[in-house]
Amino acid sequence: MTNGAITGEFIKELLSKGAREFGRGFNDYRRVVLSTGVIPHAEGSAECFIGNTRVLVGVKLAVSEPLPDKPHEGDIRTAAEMLPLASPDYEPGPPSPESIELARVVDRGIRAAGMIDTKSLFIEEGKVWSVFIDIYVLNFDGNLFDACTLAGVAALLDCRMPAYKDGKEDHENTVGKLKVTGMVTSSTFAKIGDKIVLDPDATEEKNAMDARVTVATDENLIRAMQKGGRGAFTAEEMDRIIQLTFEKSKDLRKIVKEAVGE
Amino acid sequence: MGGENKPELIVNGKRLDGRMPDELRPIRIMTNVIKNADGSAYIEWGDNKIICGVYGPKEALPKHTGNPERAVVKCRYQMAPFSSLEDHGRTGPNRRAHEISKVTKEVFENAILLEQFPGNAIEIYIEVLQSDGGTRAAGITCAAVALATSGIPMRDVPFAVSVGKVGNTLILDMNKIEDNYSDADVPICISPRTGEILLLQMDGNITREEFSTIVAMIKKAGEKIGKIQRDALKAPYEAISERYKR
Repeated sequence: MTNGAITGEFIKELLSKGAREFGRGFNDYRRVVLSTGVIPHAEGSAECFIGNTRVLVGVKLAVSEPLPDKPHEGDIRTAAEMLPLASPDYEPGPPSPESIELARVVDRGIRAAGMIDTKSLFIEEGKVWSVFIDIYVLNFDGNLFDACTLAGVAALLDCRMPAYKDGKEDHENTVGKLKVTGMVTSSTFAKIGDKIVLDPDATEEKNAMDARVTVATDENLIRAMQKGGRGAFTAEEMDRIIQLTFEKSKDLRKIVKEAVGE
Repeated sequence: MGGENKPELIVNGKRLDGRMPDELRPIRIMTNVIKNADGSAYIEWGDNKIICGVYGPKEALPKHTGNPERAVVKCRYQMAPFSSLEDHGRTGPNRRAHEISKVTKEVFENAILLEQFPGNAIEIYIEVLQSDGGTRAAGITCAAVALATSGIPMRDVPFAVSVGKVGNTLILDMNKIEDNYSDADVPICISPRTGEILLLQMDGNITREEFSTIVAMIKKAGEKIGKIQRDALKAPYEAISERYKR
């Protein structure tokens, strides 16, 4: 057996006894630490730790030409970099399917919750703001989806508007904050054998996880979901996961509010 | 979601193309459409036209992409640049296609008995020739049939379909215009033998209760889709036995 398989067996044995590494409960998050304004040069920024997972999100605004089919709307562009320094498994190169999926799922939550009204990003005929949300994974220890959503949302709430004069943006002078409505948070669950645990760490994800599902919600509604991995979920399991997500979102929203000083 | 000039998607309880909320578009599947492939299928699902070819199991190359414990699945979903009624698309997979390829691959990693072929690769190519909404679901449904024709051992023949939401109405199997203006889109792939969810994506807004209804709608639609898949698989053999009778 490889080391990974031995670790995987150990994790499964613990779960079968109702236990989890580090004395964590099945539905417990690790310690979540979120702070904003960490990169003052960016219009908005936030850093999120979930256990040893560490991600940084920077938001920049740039004046751009609107898309031809939406002449009076700005746009949001989300990208994720799984930096090679973040894990021995990450390598330099073009975006992997994992990093594309990560960026798109975070983006979908933010969009579906209507956090940014793209019409409010219209400047003048032929000029709109593009909001660039850049996710940097600095250390990988599992559950990137929740960490990136938390940091992304906090960075948007932290984001200031650059001034605009004579067709040019002025990043040193700002005119208030980016208009943001509502707030989305997500919870990610791992299926290991027939057990389901919240907030998997890297050991669990790499050695034991059969499937993963992320549910993004605001206060009342599910806004985005994404399942990943070889395994499967039953409809009953999903119902329970959705219920737990709504419960957990209360704590997560509080963490975001504290981080942005609301 | 939504947008300017939103059309009325449901008038007098009927959808723009005359369907009821829980009605599928017509689906037609043909097998063995690519001679060189180890398995293949073609699906027409409403105005979607998708062809799928499967190769393998064959040695995973380059070697480091293989897995000594089981076969690896390689999957590429792609839309032809001429497939959409709108602009000319760019050649090659974009970010959306990369994501769909990944989640589709994961569906078949579940469905195929990979343990039987360590060190091998199974390649699934899904080419969307014409698109009208719901191509990832149609592609999976078609690829499942293509895999079955190849003889690669599978646990099940999965199917996929999406449910959308327009106002407070849940609608099965959205076409492109419905997809463009709907309030939610929930594509789901199910393994009919166990009822397990192999693919789940969602964006828009739904409640917990609506999610339960959506899964039930999809399972019900699966009875019809599954029959179309099985009939397609049986068709060539039935043709032979017909000939034998005569």
